[in-house]
Amino acid sequence: MDAFDIIGPVMIGPSSSHTAGAVRIGKYARGILGEPVREADIFFSGSFSKTYQGHGTDKAIVAGLMGMDTDDLRIRNSLELAKDAGLDYRFHTIQLDDAHPNTVLLKLTGESGKQQEIEGASLGGGRISIRRINGTAVDISGEATCLLVYHLDTPGMISDVTNILARRGVNIGKFELRRGDKGGVAVMVIEIDGDIEDAVNEQIRRFPNVYDSIVLRAI
Amino acid sequence: MKYDSLRALVERAEAEQTAISELVIRDEAAELECSCEEVFERMRRNLQVMRESVVSGMERDVRSTSGLTGGDAWKMSQRLDHNITGRIFVSALTKAIAVSETNACMGRIVAAPTAGSCGILPACLLTVLEEQDIPEDTAVRALFTASAVGMVIARNATIAGAEGGCQAECGSASAMAASALVELCGGTPRMAEHACAIALKNVLGLVCDPVAGLVEIPCIKRNAMGTANAFTAAEMALAGIESKIPADEVIWSMKKIGDSMHSDLKETARGGLAATPTGKILTEKVFGKTEE
Repeated sequence: MDAFDIIGPVMIGPSSSHTAGAVRIGKYARGILGEPVREADIFFSGSFSKTYQGHGTDKAIVAGLMGMDTDDLRIRNSLELAKDAGLDYRFHTIQLDDAHPNTVLLKLTGESGKQQEIEGASLGGGRISIRRINGTAVDISGEATCLLVYHLDTPGMISDVTNILARRGVNIGKFELRRGDKGGVAVMVIEIDGDIEDAVNEQIRRFPNVYDSIVLRAI
Repeated sequence: MKYDSLRALVERAEAEQTAISELVIRDEAAELECSCEEVFERMRRNLQVMRESVVSGMERDVRSTSGLTGGDAWKMSQRLDHNITGRIFVSALTKAIAVSETNACMGRIVAAPTAGSCGILPACLLTVLEEQDIPEDTAVRALFTASAVGMVIARNATIAGAEGGCQAECGSASAMAASALVELCGGTPRMAEHACAIALKNVLGLVCDPVAGLVEIPCIKRNAMGTANAFTAAEMALAGIESKIPADEVIWSMKKIGDSMHSDLKETARGGLAATPTGKILTEKVFGKTEE
């Protein structure tokens, strides 16, 4: 905690959990998609499903999907701006089991047709947690650089990836491995200190058995 | 610095014959590994955003996203020259409402310490800056003093309404502003400590009961109250009036009171004003009927 946590942050109102947190979830989801969003089905769950309009959470999510930051004055007009930009959004309500009260599920389609399903929770004070990516449970705060490596569930993958990071002097702060079926697609969620060069990520991508690797920068 | 006691901070300022703000600026520079000037300029930008948030909230047709509030800052400003309490007071109330309305209509604000209590510090500091011959740098410094008070409260109690009720949000902001006003107007660190104690004592037990869970009713007017309370405490402290209960102990009691407060009264919109017949009607107006 420092003086600027108390006098700050500079943000768009009215509340850090309903506005700032929602913007960050949207922005982070766009990062996971890796390209501009063309279509977005936005499902509000729990307390979000009851209050999203009055709090402006709808505008905040769409602003985030457009890449805006939490202090961007355009958040207020994001719905109109999205239409102008060709972002097709639809709002729905849903009740997700065992989800944080302020949770949103995003079904996104990007410009190239790429699709992603991302679930995020706004935890309060603008802090967020990405809870699921395409059905796989994760826990990403968005406060550190994060590497998502999708790969075949086969021996040696973790050491291949972490060896590259070690050689490049990248320090790992948190490591999670999630997999569905044995021998199916698994994902490594690696939070690192500082930033990572795109070249390192390219190297990881070129590994056999790696389907994709995405760098998500802190927001 | 640990910011675990306001008294310790005051004693250190007295020992070094300097202001609380000076200690904070030096400490921040060391923590963030940058120069005192950089830290200072960063806070100056916050003051600038505060100024802008006053201006945007002053327009006559300001409406909140929910449609429940707006336009009150403009109404207040119409009484700047015809009022009971004088220009400074009415100007400060106007700014407190303006910044809170800016927040409610998705404008840009500085959380101080939270979005729900963002009107109090700008109202107090910018009004004095405007009405008296005080350099802007002194107001920037006063923000560091305010932050020190906020850090001590956050460390020993809470600044979140969900944990401690409104006393933790508008109460903390009011105490921070009271101390800041004292330094801004040439008071001693000891006076700033008393101002914090007096301001916080006056709002102990204040619950957080927002209608429909929105940061509007009663939050906007509570920002005006917090501003008035900050001036009250600062004036008393500058007159040499002391709080018999030291600020650190007032903060301790705020924590205890917050802990024993029912959860219906801590931002859940289940109790207090939110649960009144009118509060419920307004909630339905915004969100439609919702099953309990």
